Amino acid sequence: MIGDTPAPSPVSPAASAPVPAASYAVEGHGLVKTFGSFRAVDGIDIAVPAGAIYGVLGPNGAGKTTLLRTLLGIIDPDEGHRTLLGEGQPLRMARQVGYLPEERGLYPSMKAFEAIAFMGALRGLPLKEGRVRARALLEGHGMGASADKPIRQLSKGMAQTVQLFGTIIHEPRLIVLDEPFSGLDAINQEKLEALIREQARQGVTILFSTHVIAHADRLCERIAIVAGGRIRFEGTPGQARDQLRSQVRLRTRVSDGGWRRALPADTVAEDGAWHFALPDEGIEPLLRALLDGQAGIESLSIERPGLHDAFVAIAGAAAAKQMQDAPAPEEDA
Amino acid sequence: MMELLRAALVIARRDFTAVVLSRTFILFLLGPLLPILIGFAFGGLGDRISSTDLRPVVGVAMSARDSAALERAHDRLTKRMGDQALPRLRPVASTPSPRIQLARPDSEVVAIMSGTLLRPTLTGKANDLDTLQGDISLLSTAALAERTLQFVTVERQEATTSLGAQAQAQLLIGRVAQVVMFFLTILLAGMILSNLVEEKTNKIIEILAAAVPIDAIFLGKLMAMLAMSFVGIAFWGGTAFAIFVALHDGGGALPTPAVGWPLFLMLAVLYFAMAYTLLGSLFLGIGAQAATVREVQTLNMPVTMGQMLIFFFASYAVDHMGSPAELAACIFPFSSPFAMIARAAQDGAIWPHLVALVWQGAFVALIIRVGVLLFRRHVMQSGGRWWKRLFRPATG
Repeated sequence: MIGDTPAPSPVSPAASAPVPAASYAVEGHGLVKTFGSFRAVDGIDIAVPAGAIYGVLGPNGAGKTTLLRTLLGIIDPDEGHRTLLGEGQPLRMARQVGYLPEERGLYPSMKAFEAIAFMGALRGLPLKEGRVRARALLEGHGMGASADKPIRQLSKGMAQTVQLFGTIIHEPRLIVLDEPFSGLDAINQEKLEALIREQARQGVTILFSTHVIAHADRLCERIAIVAGGRIRFEGTPGQARDQLRSQVRLRTRVSDGGWRRALPADTVAEDGAWHFALPDEGIEPLLRALLDGQAGIESLSIERPGLHDAFVAIAGAAAAKQMQDAPAPEEDA
Repeated sequence: MMELLRAALVIARRDFTAVVLSRTFILFLLGPLLPILIGFAFGGLGDRISSTDLRPVVGVAMSARDSAALERAHDRLTKRMGDQALPRLRPVASTPSPRIQLARPDSEVVAIMSGTLLRPTLTGKANDLDTLQGDISLLSTAALAERTLQFVTVERQEATTSLGAQAQAQLLIGRVAQVVMFFLTILLAGMILSNLVEEKTNKIIEILAAAVPIDAIFLGKLMAMLAMSFVGIAFWGGTAFAIFVALHDGGGALPTPAVGWPLFLMLAVLYFAMAYTLLGSLFLGIGAQAATVREVQTLNMPVTMGQMLIFFFASYAVDHMGSPAELAACIFPFSSPFAMIARAAQDGAIWPHLVALVWQGAFVALIIRVGVLLFRRHVMQSGGRWWKRLFRPATG
């Protein structure tokens, strides 16, 4: 239900460069939030560069939503402090922020265009202007026929799109999306990704949480991997991948020989092939040993680890398992 | 502050239009008129019932001469005292004895008068005798003095003013204003209890809380409900005024409250707004803690009882102007609007009303703030000890 937007833009090559402190859209230092005895956010430091697409990754229950709510000022941290667009009291910047919460909420009796305009009005956009923009947004994305329908008559996907439009109607400088892909089918997930890129191209900072790593891998310039209420990694997706060595997959015609002594200690035989991490000294010494030992190389591939592998390594096997057990995005909401 | 008001107006506008443009609002408007229609219908029936003669009937078992004298005395006295003043008389046989006659199933008299006018005997049940003894004595005395009893004519002297009567009328105005205000408040403010349940069940509260201070949400909801109440009051008041104009025969001017009608009506509107927002802010704070409609329904009864207590307190004070109880009722925020409107009817001083309105307004702000902090603490699970944050900015 999300309209077509221009083709994706490549991730900025400067994304991994150090960011001056003044250009952070969101900052949090030493944030702690407890619910009873449970530390949902446990001493988090985070800095989201202005204009970046920044992903907060983590399994369900990792503390992503609590972190976002704390940064937005919906709840106050027990310890630490945060700034939003340079302001220590986040609600004072509400006019320049758009927020799509994880639990979607709209007034069922409100018409679609009114709901969008109302969300804009909450953030300071005059209602009249909001109505005009809402109709234009809906019509521009093929939903003009639904503009005057009450929310209760819209499909779940359409209602979610209405809420997303309500998040951007006032042209915010910062958009915070909590699990924005959950509840959307694959087509609408693609459209949402395009919309996020379009906003980023206009200079808007996007901060979103997800437990589906593929979205973060495709969209984010920087990511934070959260597990157990703590940030386990912060950097670019490439830096996350670099945490792991590349994996080598070797298949030989001869199964045994002196050349096997050249294989690294962590080599595992699986599916008729040898699997091991790329040695620190590179592949050349091993290749030489294989050729000298007449192992009969059938195939040899060096695979760079994906973000998922990096996540598994960084957040730990338990968190990865938690992610695998989490419902698929379409079933999530 | 301006941002808080702007945000509150956005919330208020949404709530107001959502309620006023709904079909159920028609029922809301017509609901209070139903008792009036029922009143008219049953009023006619009541008239018929009241026209039925329910005076006790006393049987007269006396000589024909005494009976005739009694009838004449009865006619003369009822002409001056009214039809309902004395029991009706009906001749009965002198035998068998009154006790036996009263015990018959077909007996239609409450008691039987026998003997002579000089020494009458009244037979009946003890409590009936207690009621009738004096009337029968008066009738007998009048019958005996038939020829000598002189009625004195009272001379009429009309006065243009009577402060005592004016005080009585103003007391009445104060009482009526209190009752009307109370019923409007109890009818309308109770709805606020469930006002945040929609936002909580539809998860909209998250969007609102991220965009505006919760103070603005509370204030906006109060403003919307107050505006909706004014729509209702305008409709009901207009209807009542139309009925009054249609039925009023033009005779007898309305008594004037101490501050005059224009100011009194203005104060009535302001005090209603204050009573409404004081109770409303309390209800909103209480209702906001409830997670479900069921919990709100459970809260309804104790809340209504609390309202009744406040009303009794204020209505006790109206009769005791200047007493410590009346002053306490004026100072205690929840009874203050009711006590002060009664004061406006009876006392012409203006400054106490200005002080009272500021005082009540301050408590509205305080109650909203406490409600907001409790909401943040218990529902949003945010913030520490609420009293430490009482006077911090709403956006802080």
